[in-house]
Amino acid sequence: MDELDLTISPGERVLLLGASGAGKSTLLHALAGVLGGDDEGEHHGELLLDGVPPAERRGRAGLVLQDPDSQVILARVGDDVAFGCENLGVPRDEIWARVTEALDAVGLALPLDHPTSRLSGGQKQRLALAGVLAMRPGLLLLDEPTANLDAAGVREVRESVARVLDSTGATLVVVEHRVDVWLPLVDRVVVLAPGGGVLADGPAAEVLAQRGESLAASGVWVPGFPPPRPPRVRAVGAELLATETLAIGRAVTLHSNVESVVTAGTTLAITGENGAGKSTLGLTLAGLLPSRSGAVVACDALADGAGPHPIRWKSRELLTRIGTVFQDPEHQFLASTVRGELEVGPRALRMPASQITDRVDELLQRLRLDHLAAANPFTLSGGEKRRLSVATVLATQPRVLVLDEPTFGQDSRTWTELVALLAGLVDSGSAVVAITHDADFVAALADAELVL
Amino acid sequence: MTDLLTPTRGTQVIYRVNPVAKLAAAFLLSACLVVSIDWVSAAVALVLESVLFFFAGVSARTFFIRTLPVWIAAPLTAVTIALYGQTSGQVYFEFLFARVSDGSLELALATLLRVLAIGLPAVVLFLTVDPTDLADGLAQVVKLPSRFVLGALAALRLVGLFLDDWKSLELARRARGVGDTGRIRRLAGQAFALLVLSIRRGSKLATAMEARAFGAPVTRTWARESRFGAREWLLVGLGGLIGVAAIVTSVSMGHWNFIAG
Repeated sequence: MDELDLTISPGERVLLLGASGAGKSTLLHALAGVLGGDDEGEHHGELLLDGVPPAERRGRAGLVLQDPDSQVILARVGDDVAFGCENLGVPRDEIWARVTEALDAVGLALPLDHPTSRLSGGQKQRLALAGVLAMRPGLLLLDEPTANLDAAGVREVRESVARVLDSTGATLVVVEHRVDVWLPLVDRVVVLAPGGGVLADGPAAEVLAQRGESLAASGVWVPGFPPPRPPRVRAVGAELLATETLAIGRAVTLHSNVESVVTAGTTLAITGENGAGKSTLGLTLAGLLPSRSGAVVACDALADGAGPHPIRWKSRELLTRIGTVFQDPEHQFLASTVRGELEVGPRALRMPASQITDRVDELLQRLRLDHLAAANPFTLSGGEKRRLSVATVLATQPRVLVLDEPTFGQDSRTWTELVALLAGLVDSGSAVVAITHDADFVAALADAELVL
Repeated sequence: MTDLLTPTRGTQVIYRVNPVAKLAAAFLLSACLVVSIDWVSAAVALVLESVLFFFAGVSARTFFIRTLPVWIAAPLTAVTIALYGQTSGQVYFEFLFARVSDGSLELALATLLRVLAIGLPAVVLFLTVDPTDLADGLAQVVKLPSRFVLGALAALRLVGLFLDDWKSLELARRARGVGDTGRIRRLAGQAFALLVLSIRRGSKLATAMEARAFGAPVTRTWARESRFGAREWLLVGLGGLIGVAAIVTSVSMGHWNFIAG
């Protein structure tokens, strides 16, 4: 980010947009005064909050981040909300008055000693918001606070923010690439240019009318510019996986008598609320988690001599049969370069070296990762990590593909690419099982939907 | 998420006693018991403690499950001492370096009782400790630096997330086709991946804490007051009393066996 000139007046509600890498998050962190010192990067120019550097006005700006899990600080709801006030030196009696008020404002009607570990994603984000509110900030900074939430969670958080702004009159700066979430709330849209500076700035309707198309092309979800949906052939093939009086769960049974069939040439979407056991079902179908009772049975066409129960297959036997893309791509990275990452599967299958090279080259190109072949997977952007995690699975050409929230927090460009890629795979005879709460994704791809 | 730090709650008085007092009581008792190895002092302490266990706020079942490691460790240590402890009196059995005698048996009994007398109360007292209350106590009563104590407390909450990460890493390795062989090497790789993930989670948490003015240059206040009153002094006093009673009984019966002597 460079050459940025921006003035935000008290009480304004600003939506900050820009292509990924334009520095939206960096700007929010700088406004919150948590960007770190000179040892963590370089800066020039000046950023003032109420006329002084943000780090000197702690608590004046409150920041809510994207990941619900890493914002919970303490084990009890009340203590967590009180944390900011304690740090600001607020007297004890006033702290508890503020805690109750903040929890009311975000609509979290829970006992003060309720364990924070038992909150849903939406509740955790509202808790983080309450923790920020209790500090009575004049400026509310939200960094994609709803990107990891299901539809109900998104609504919860937005309504809480709306209520808070109306009652406190605080200034809002929100970063989000799904414009429709915040459009009803904001009065000004600022678009950051990728190289630095401001691309557009003005009333929301005006900016979106002018810049909507180019914003949509750069990956922002703009209402009225839906990403293109791929054409589908829809040729239903043979049955590959089926359940037999299946009960799923890790430590305790979450669901019993789950009925589902995975068929070649189709996409099965597993939907349901956060915590309903969608991931558990996906991992059980993928032959990774044992069932609580009953079984997942592979038909002969898929088993190909490996036996009827995927959970008993060898790790290597899974590669060509069922591939799994995890929700967090970082969980499945094994190598120190992108190329190495793609070679893991084919090597485990003991494919000849020349064939491995061909296949990896083809995937690198198809998923626009060729310029990153030598990069470390952990250093990639969110969209690149997602593309790589899908590519690693495609490298061994499994007949069934299980994906856990493949479009979570992705910009519209990555979304479009992923959907097109998966549509191509399904229409060429693979089966896709997708755990998702993305309604657009279900509409574009699903042939069957299982609601948990 | 794996539930690791669900607040510890109970109705009994012991749950409301400041964790610092529990720490001090356990420490005082151990200090009295480690200076001698004789069976009398340990037995006296153990008998007195058993009475207190009824007020410890845990059911018999929880008590035995949670103290199981102590019950396993104690006899194992005793057997070792019986075989290899200092020989004196009549020798009953001899094999290579092992020699069971009157002396080694007495030492073994003393050790068995001692491990129980020190281990059981320590475990029982900590069953009723809530990490948040302990942190409050350490910062407000013991006056340890708040940055350090709160940082540790917040980090402790991440342990539950790490357990979930570890499970996912394990499944992901099976899914990637490398789950069949090389278990040791795979574990090493998995541990490294967990380290990378934990550093990321840690730095995100640090940002979240900083965004809530953690480390602001003002004097921090405490929403929860950590009290250290009569109840706490009573518990510490009990710990000391049991220790002293054990020492006095042992010395007066002539069994006192000071380690440094």
